[in-house]
Amino acid sequence: MLEVAGLTTRYGEISALRDAELSVGSGEVVGLIGPNGAGKTTLLGTIAGLLPPAAGTVTFNGDDITGAAPERLLRAGLALVPEHRRIFVDLTVEENLKVGGVTVPAADRAELLAEMAERFPVLKEKWTTAAGYLSGGEAQQLAIARALMSRPRLLMMDEPSLGLAPLLVDMVFDLITSLRDAGRTLLVVEQNASRMLEVADRAYVLRSGEVVATGTGEELRSDEDLFATFVGGGHQ
Amino acid sequence: MTEFLQNLIDGFGRGSIYALLALGVAVIFGVMHLLNFAHGELITVSGYVAFWSFGQGWSWWLVAPLVIVTSIVTSLVIERVAFSRVRGASDFTLLLTSFGVHFVVSAAFLMFVSASVRTFPRPGWVANTYSIGSLNVEVFDTVVIVVTIITLIATTVILQRTMFGLALRAAAADFDTARLMGIRSDSVIRGAFALSGHLAGIAGVFWLIRAGSTDPSAGIDPMLKGVLAALIGGLGSLRGAVLGGIALGLAEVLLRSWLPDGVASLTEGVVFAMIALLFIFRPQGLITVAHAERV
Repeated sequence: MLEVAGLTTRYGEISALRDAELSVGSGEVVGLIGPNGAGKTTLLGTIAGLLPPAAGTVTFNGDDITGAAPERLLRAGLALVPEHRRIFVDLTVEENLKVGGVTVPAADRAELLAEMAERFPVLKEKWTTAAGYLSGGEAQQLAIARALMSRPRLLMMDEPSLGLAPLLVDMVFDLITSLRDAGRTLLVVEQNASRMLEVADRAYVLRSGEVVATGTGEELRSDEDLFATFVGGGHQ
Repeated sequence: MTEFLQNLIDGFGRGSIYALLALGVAVIFGVMHLLNFAHGELITVSGYVAFWSFGQGWSWWLVAPLVIVTSIVTSLVIERVAFSRVRGASDFTLLLTSFGVHFVVSAAFLMFVSASVRTFPRPGWVANTYSIGSLNVEVFDTVVIVVTIITLIATTVILQRTMFGLALRAAAADFDTARLMGIRSDSVIRGAFALSGHLAGIAGVFWLIRAGSTDPSAGIDPMLKGVLAALIGGLGSLRGAVLGGIALGLAEVLLRSWLPDGVASLTEGVVFAMIALLFIFRPQGLITVAHAERV
């Protein structure tokens, strides 16, 4: 579904991402793990069109989408739950979701809103509250629900468990599991590597802007050295 | 007391026009962080179109809608020709670009039209007044206030109830994330310029009726009022812009009546001093908005 080849992204002179190779198949849950500053967010940002690539290609369902604008990528079926959630704090929960569904026809949008209200009872309770008043866990659910409003074919999440209390981290991973079981295709950046490897079909390990290892969750987890060297604090 | 009430109505009338101008400035600042010093050019261009129309023998009933359409079109053309090229640039670059547009437009009228002031007739009812008790109320002020209220309600409905309004608010809060949701930057920015031009067009009709003339630098005064009012209200806040406009109008009218005779001509200076004081104690303006950092 998604093929990334030779992708390089620079901030000025510095390459934050070098020659990255990655693929995600339909229905797969793929993790992107690695220490802080490894280039995980840069990789997602470049795929999603927020950052211009310096070299390489991104192909989505056979179409070359390298460097396309985010609004075009979203329409192609590629949604990103950005780092730090980036919900619209002045908009209500309902309005946030409507914005998420801006590309779907009005009738479908109403249907999707009802679906989200059912799926996320916490959000339904705060439907007309300004999103700025939500707790961290609620805000994360809103960010994910907002991305689901566009009916994405590939859902990318950047650090969904970041800054959440342990109980809410469980909630996020339960949500990822339920999305996986529903057959969704996911590409998830996580600093919590061990938890991510439990739910992912496959994962890529990034370090200093390069993909240094790849394999199934089991393969990567069994390699203690890899964890010690590359993932560090993520192993619990 | 009567005089105070009279001034209050006068101040609200004046402030309403400023509020419409400020709202247009705030809408554009919200979506692209551009403090638009070219906003007044919408009125310069509209003024010349009005002058030309009166030359054709048309009445205000025809000229007023034409002024609004001219303002919208001019706003979109300026976006297309100038601002679309510096989209995403630093705030300073945007600011300089808007100054550039301002100078180019007024220089163009100076070079290709004329340096002299063009006058046109004001509608007959402008000077009419009616009495409520001991109050003498200008018909013009009444029309301005009523039209402004209707415009503000309509704008609120558009912003709160339509998908375009929602997209505009989302883009104003966090442009990149709005694009991630599929909101097209082109549509939302052009929409903002159209809305801004529409508001400036309505303000422009009143401004031109009051001025009864236009000249190459006619845009400076409305631009200053609009930008200042938006700053007073707290840049980016739409409610603040309206509030700032009304506050500016009231301050001007009330000061002019309260200041002693010899000093009354310094009203503008006193207003600027008050604005400077406001920014010392409340640099964020009257209404605080939490700006999302743009990456």
